[in-house]
Amino acid sequence: MKDNPFSLWVYLSQSPLLWLTVTLLVYASTDAVSLATRRHPLANPVLHAMWIVGAFLLLTGTSYTTYFAGAQFVHFLLGPATVALAVPLYENRKRVVASIVPMLVALVAGSVTAVVSVVLLAELAGLPRDVVLSLAPKSVTAGVAMGIAESLHADPSLAAVAVILTGIMGAIIVTPLMNRTGISDFRARGFAAGLAAHGIGTARAFQVDEIAGVFSGIAMSLNALVTSFLVPLAVTLLVR
Amino acid sequence: MLASLGLILLCQLIGEAVVRSLGLPMPGPVLGLLLLLILLLARDRFALLARGPLRDDGVETASRGLLAHLSLLFVPAGVGVVQKLDLLASHGIAIILVLALSVVVTLLATVLTFRLVSRLLRQQDAR
Repeated sequence: MKDNPFSLWVYLSQSPLLWLTVTLLVYASTDAVSLATRRHPLANPVLHAMWIVGAFLLLTGTSYTTYFAGAQFVHFLLGPATVALAVPLYENRKRVVASIVPMLVALVAGSVTAVVSVVLLAELAGLPRDVVLSLAPKSVTAGVAMGIAESLHADPSLAAVAVILTGIMGAIIVTPLMNRTGISDFRARGFAAGLAAHGIGTARAFQVDEIAGVFSGIAMSLNALVTSFLVPLAVTLLVR
Repeated sequence: MLASLGLILLCQLIGEAVVRSLGLPMPGPVLGLLLLLILLLARDRFALLARGPLRDDGVETASRGLLAHLSLLFVPAGVGVVQKLDLLASHGIAIILVLALSVVVTLLATVLTFRLVSRLLRQQDAR
């Protein structure tokens, strides 16, 4: 026996292995629950994995930096996964080309709504200026939003949190909301999910319908482009 | 499998390099996506390209594998919320309400525009 019973924990809690394992196992369980509930929107695997891992970090007094040293291997795959969206896009190219006009018009309408609505609502709620700026790019994928926040001298890590919260809420709301509007066109539904809720919306869309997933992925990529231009413009026009 | 992952990473790498060096206002992986799409389309046109990962569904299988667990990849960034607990304690409810309202409005604006435009186009075609 070692003289210090905590030495193993001290060693493991500082190693990337532990936090990578925790991330994968917690997600595997929340994903299994989501599957068991037949992908119920409220059983969103990201939402539940997030608070369980977060609570675990708080209970063990582990810093996010230590956690991220392990979890970064998962985080890194966001880039390659974006590139991989080329494949479903390629396989469904005929349907995509056929709906290019409604897609582009909806892209402009959606991107403008996403940025303008969040800035106006945040101002109305009386949030501090740097919070408003960090929330503005919330509908694009995390890496891009952080870059936009940085260029506005806002808080990139708050922007990342706003992005994830938006994605989760979008993924939870999208199916019941769309069912209520009575729209059964999965191209339109998927496109809206990817535009409003980026990759988490896209992951949700792929769970519901393959075509929805493809259109969601396109919306997410296109919105990343448009929002990079739109946010600086909207901020100069709308933020006091 | 290995070559296919390598090809995906290579597309991202070229994307990042081009975006950085030209100062383009777009994320590197999005340019990588375009690059891979062009490669796949070019492969159908020129038999010369159909080798390695671009043959026998290689890169297609690897991509489907990556996309199968897309949600998992957001967990590390999401856990970052533990760093923002003091801000959430002071402004959390307002932030959540603002984001929730904005996401609903955005979803509706996008889906209704998409439907409206595709319906108008179909009417035009019918005429």
